Amino acid sequence: MLDFALNACRRQFHLQVESTFATQWTVIFGPSGAGKSTLLRLLAGLDDLLAGHVSLDGHRLTDCARRTWIKPGRRQTALVAQQPALFPHLTVAANVAYGLGNLDRAARDHRVEEVLNLVSAQELIARRAQHLSGGEAQRVALARALAPLPRLLLLDEPFSALDAKASDALLTRLQAWLTKHRIQTVMATHDATDALAIGAEVALLHEGRLAAQGPAAEVLASERNRLLARLS
Amino acid sequence: MDWQAFALTIKLATVTTAILLAVSVPLAALLVLGRSRWLAIVEALAALPLVLPPTVLGFFLLVLLGPRTAFGRAIATLIGHPLAFSFSGLVVGSVVYSLPFAVQPLVAGFAAVEPALVDAARLLGAGPAKLVLTLLLPLARRSLIAAAVLSFLHTTGEFGVVLMLGGDIPGATRTLSIVLYNQVENFDYAAATNTAATLLGLSVFALAAIYLSGQVRGGRRA
Repeated sequence: MLDFALNACRRQFHLQVESTFATQWTVIFGPSGAGKSTLLRLLAGLDDLLAGHVSLDGHRLTDCARRTWIKPGRRQTALVAQQPALFPHLTVAANVAYGLGNLDRAARDHRVEEVLNLVSAQELIARRAQHLSGGEAQRVALARALAPLPRLLLLDEPFSALDAKASDALLTRLQAWLTKHRIQTVMATHDATDALAIGAEVALLHEGRLAAQGPAAEVLASERNRLLARLS
Repeated sequence: MDWQAFALTIKLATVTTAILLAVSVPLAALLVLGRSRWLAIVEALAALPLVLPPTVLGFFLLVLLGPRTAFGRAIATLIGHPLAFSFSGLVVGSVVYSLPFAVQPLVAGFAAVEPALVDAARLLGAGPAKLVLTLLLPLARRSLIAAAVLSFLHTTGEFGVVLMLGGDIPGATRTLSIVLYNQVENFDYAAATNTAATLLGLSVFALAAIYLSGQVRGGRRA
């Protein structure tokens, strides 16, 4: 369970959100500029809060009042950003194995193979990251984030470079794998079809504030009605 | 050609460059990745030798490392001889004097690495050492080469600090720059030309190596 209260300011943008994500999947839905990426970075511990806290399964990861801040690499939190940010000088295998320093060689190789198979990128294993296409890089970035088996997975428009068919197939496999490994997932998207396809709880973000939260169909229907009302 | 001075100059430049890289890589990483506001002062101090006259720097080091200060006496007790007017003293002076020539290319190179890559590595558990060794240095390797070459060349050509701190002791502190100065003072222009040409040749060769390595990689701005 992810529980947080975030108060942050970044480049003139003020975000103030407080919520609890208790379901395994939560989709943060909102237009560009709503603060989705900022929110995910704050949950990952990459940016500073003015005030607030982040707790995962009862463990305080950030708590401004108690001056607690667990380093990003020790939060068991993975973030797949919009830009894959693969290490260009390393192979796909080395990228995926980057966060697996605690495993022995055999276990590491096995895990790399497992997650690359999951994202259908096993044939890329020996390629240099700088030679991948946008879609391939996104798959590998996802595999790299999954490899250490994080407790919390943060996805920021992770399939934007994939076509709809490939994206749907990957999402189906990913959901089953994350459920098997009990990894809580928060995905940011501006695409309502993604939110509905996942069928998860949706948190609607608008100008740095949480506008609504609940079952996908319910929240998206009310948002649709609100937009229609503004047009009429 | 004074081969003893030539060998001493190369030895001084090599030792200084090795120490500078060992110090400058973590320092540059700290300046780029660190978030403390005090780092601005550290960066200013690291750049100070750029604007300080070498004789002034040499004088302060001479006083600091000499027997008049507690620090100088402590060092002398520790290593068995005073640092001033010794090869070890020259190394200390050269490291301080050439520090910005090692730190600044590294800071520029590390700062050019995409922040998203650093974030990704941090999220995957990389600590400062792993970040530097597996990400910053490989991606900023041209800056590392530039830092090494500039440090080496700057040390081979230094004069003011060497003269103030080391004097002119053959085999211990007499470098090629001092030899050149002596040759000019004695109106031995033929020998001075040889010495100056040697220093010039070293500089041209090293700088050409830097720029050629950039072009081999596929572009002047690679």
